[in-house]
Amino acid sequence: MSPLKFECETGNYHTFCPISCVAWLYQKISDSFFLVIGTKTCGYFLQNALGVMIFAEPRYAMAELEEGDISAQLHDFDELKRLCFQIQQDRNPSVLVWIGTCTTEIIKMDLEGMAPKIEAMIDVPIIVARANGLDYAFTQGEDTVLAAMAHRCPVVQGQKGEASLAQPERRSFARPEGRRVAEALPASQQPSLVLFGSLPSSVAQQLTRELESQGITISGWLPEARYEELPELGPGVFVCGVHPFLSRTATTLMRRRKCQLIGAPFPIGPDGTRAWIEKICQVFDISPKNLDERESQIWENLKDYLSLMKSKSVFFMGDNLLEISLARFLIRCGMIVYEIGIPYMDKRFQASELNFLEKTCNEMNVPIPRIVEKPDNWNQIQRIRALQPDLVITGLAHSNPLEARGITTKWSVEFTFAQIHGFTNARDILELVTRPLRRNNHLKDLGWSKLVTGSHGCGDLLDQKVAQ
Amino acid sequence: MKLAYWMYAGPAHIGTLRVASSFKNVHAIMHAPLGDDYFNVMRSMLERERDFTPVTASIVDRHVLARGSQEKVVENLTRKDQQEKPDLIVLTPTCTSSILQEDLQNFVERAAGTSTHSDILLADVNHYRVNEFQAADRTLEQIIAFYLGKIEKDTASTVSDRTKKTKEPSVNILGVFTLGFHHQHDCREIYRLLKDLGIQVNLILPEGCRVTDLKKIPEAWLNIVPYREMGLMAAQYLEKQYNMPYIATTPMGLVETASWIRQICDLLQSLGPLVTPLRDSAKYIDQQTRFVSQAAWFSRSIDCQNLTGKKALVFGDGTHAAAMTKILVREMGINVCCAGTYCQHDGDWFREQVQGFCDQVLITDDHTKVGNMIAQIEPAAIFGTQMERHVGKRLDIPCGVISAPIHIQNFPLSYRPFLGYEGANQIADLVYNSFTLGMEDHLLEIFGGHDVKTVITKNLSTDQGGASHLIWTSSAQTELQKIPGFVRNRIQRNTEKFARSKKIQEITVEVMYAAKEALAG
Repeated sequence: MSPLKFECETGNYHTFCPISCVAWLYQKISDSFFLVIGTKTCGYFLQNALGVMIFAEPRYAMAELEEGDISAQLHDFDELKRLCFQIQQDRNPSVLVWIGTCTTEIIKMDLEGMAPKIEAMIDVPIIVARANGLDYAFTQGEDTVLAAMAHRCPVVQGQKGEASLAQPERRSFARPEGRRVAEALPASQQPSLVLFGSLPSSVAQQLTRELESQGITISGWLPEARYEELPELGPGVFVCGVHPFLSRTATTLMRRRKCQLIGAPFPIGPDGTRAWIEKICQVFDISPKNLDERESQIWENLKDYLSLMKSKSVFFMGDNLLEISLARFLIRCGMIVYEIGIPYMDKRFQASELNFLEKTCNEMNVPIPRIVEKPDNWNQIQRIRALQPDLVITGLAHSNPLEARGITTKWSVEFTFAQIHGFTNARDILELVTRPLRRNNHLKDLGWSKLVTGSHGCGDLLDQKVAQ
Repeated sequence: MKLAYWMYAGPAHIGTLRVASSFKNVHAIMHAPLGDDYFNVMRSMLERERDFTPVTASIVDRHVLARGSQEKVVENLTRKDQQEKPDLIVLTPTCTSSILQEDLQNFVERAAGTSTHSDILLADVNHYRVNEFQAADRTLEQIIAFYLGKIEKDTASTVSDRTKKTKEPSVNILGVFTLGFHHQHDCREIYRLLKDLGIQVNLILPEGCRVTDLKKIPEAWLNIVPYREMGLMAAQYLEKQYNMPYIATTPMGLVETASWIRQICDLLQSLGPLVTPLRDSAKYIDQQTRFVSQAAWFSRSIDCQNLTGKKALVFGDGTHAAAMTKILVREMGINVCCAGTYCQHDGDWFREQVQGFCDQVLITDDHTKVGNMIAQIEPAAIFGTQMERHVGKRLDIPCGVISAPIHIQNFPLSYRPFLGYEGANQIADLVYNSFTLGMEDHLLEIFGGHDVKTVITKNLSTDQGGASHLIWTSSAQTELQKIPGFVRNRIQRNTEKFARSKKIQEITVEVMYAAKEALAG
């Protein structure tokens, strides 16, 4: 019986629209082109959220729906065909990703039906991902794209020959925990391992090397830096996720591509990275080498930051699904977490991470935080006022107002864009977490930490009769 | 369908939210899917707003799609009423709700039936017909009309029968609102100008105003609309219903400011006997123009002489692009090759304004057309939005930003009005700096830069001491090349320092990572 308690609130919270995943995915998959089929609202969001990236001739665009498209006066098939031909001529991508939005859902535009026909006409693969705000939050956008992309990965070669590795219960949801696959095989005969989740190439490289140093070779990543290099999938292929928000992709890989999922904590923080490697080693029946030293060396290097964090309290408002892993890491760093807000909690995909969180709380002897799914920001702000945490990890909509009220904040989206995976980047996470604390240390004697009076704006000119 | 990735004017609901959140104690509830509340981020970040943005969403999710919003919207309305006790809640439709075609008016009536403390209003904007500016204009009119209508109903008399004008001559300023281009500064400048002339400001709308104060609107003698995009509809409504005259001139640049002052003073004098006479406007204008402001003197100075006949391109919203074109041509002798606006709905007005001031007029909301025009004309400077600034960067043409869409750097902390006499100074600086920067660049190019000698010693480089013994393997070099340019040298230095301290001769990718782990990144 797990002492973890899950609550669910109203879902009135602030997060980014999942179409924001194009921002990092178009950069990751360098031969792709993302077409977001939506309205001005979607375009406005992307334009403002992506800031300067917009000006760099990005490989994404809006197919902006106009009134004629909504009222079906225009034929959506012909319209999309026209735009896709144009993109194919101007940019010649290796893959086109259509991002379905709220509008295409509501008007029931049959994107999955149209894609294969247009694909045949322009001779460029078209992947359809429904990354809309009706169903998903922020990082889950990547999940929908990768789940769609999983269908396009080539079938594993020589599958028949490796069939001996296949085991009958493979198709079940059961994770291969504790089950030893084959006897310690030389690398060449190991079953292949594919990691899923989009990471900057240097971070992917670092994780790859961590596993290589344990004698595990990775046969590919979903996604790779180029669409044409997508890894081979099939029965007998082991898969492991690097992000906590990839539950649909995991399900697709298991159910549709018959891969075996390794359920592990996520490689965020040195504790997470170690647990992640250990789990993979365990599945491949390898006893991990040097992990103890490796981890303690990293912790040693973090000492200066840890002293700043000791016994400080944190409140996660929740908007990007990294919250459980980050909270677990921060607890291990000596912090006290009051609340973990999270948009969506897949208890099966995150099972190992949740166990790890519980274990960490027990080991650090701190109370287990409340986990709030679909939080209500208004309620959360009342709780923050009551608890007065030392740090609130939240979106930009609430950061400045909280700071003005003397509550220290860290902008949560930075955790999505910063490099936070693996041993090497543990310091980067703490760099982010401690930045507001270090700022506080610098400014602490100035006496202006609370900066709200109640009135604002130039209407005050009238109230105060400012004399010029 | 239209292929696009940049737009000048935002969607309609942004306009409604900008108006609603500018009022004090007004809350907006969007009928929208998760993630559409990006407005809050913009307001909190760009305006560096200290208060929580009074905008929440009544989330449209999969259930709403299947069964309709049912009680959800009403619940959110009554809940917000209890939580924050706003004077008014504006239910804001989005692109999503306009296709769902739910009867939002019905929700408003049902919520109002539960005896809420606040008034509740459905913003009357159609996502697919109007843009941000038109929606803002309409919402302001709607809110004003709603409150004036309410008073008339309550008192069973028309407000104009009832209302006395203020004793001293006074004006309302319509259209100052959140996320506007330098609105806060402009508002202060106008306020100061009017005060100098002995004119009271009755109300500033909507920024910082309470809806309970709207009943005071008709007490002003006249309305001023500084920006054409927002406030004009309200001014026209007030003229028609309450017989209030308005002035829609933008006091941007010396000539227009003078004409704006003259119009206001003449109109006030014609409206009735003044208790205290206004300051002699002709004398005031003359003194401000020639001696207080520096812009008139600047236009006669040698600096500005050098700008004569230089080519410029102007693009922005109607108000700023038209005013800027006139300033450049009339007050500085610059040749505006092309003036343009993205306010297509107001294209005729724009054409009429810039007629005779520029060689050609460009009315489009397609940024690639503007970019192509810039490339074709090759002006010496551009005055446009953030998009034009980036086109300028690519083509090596300096750009002064004169209009939204804008970035955080266009919300300066210091006093930077564009209107009035101080505004004229600011604009003169902006123009001059844009052109001289361009000129300097040009001269540097001709004379081959400041440093004509090749650099012989590199003091800051790492190629010193034992560093020459270090060998970078090709994979490490490839990895190094992946690091963004601006930090690459630092990473290289740190890695080599680390390697030397560990007596490592050959730098591999592993050494790079180890260095990163050991040193602080």
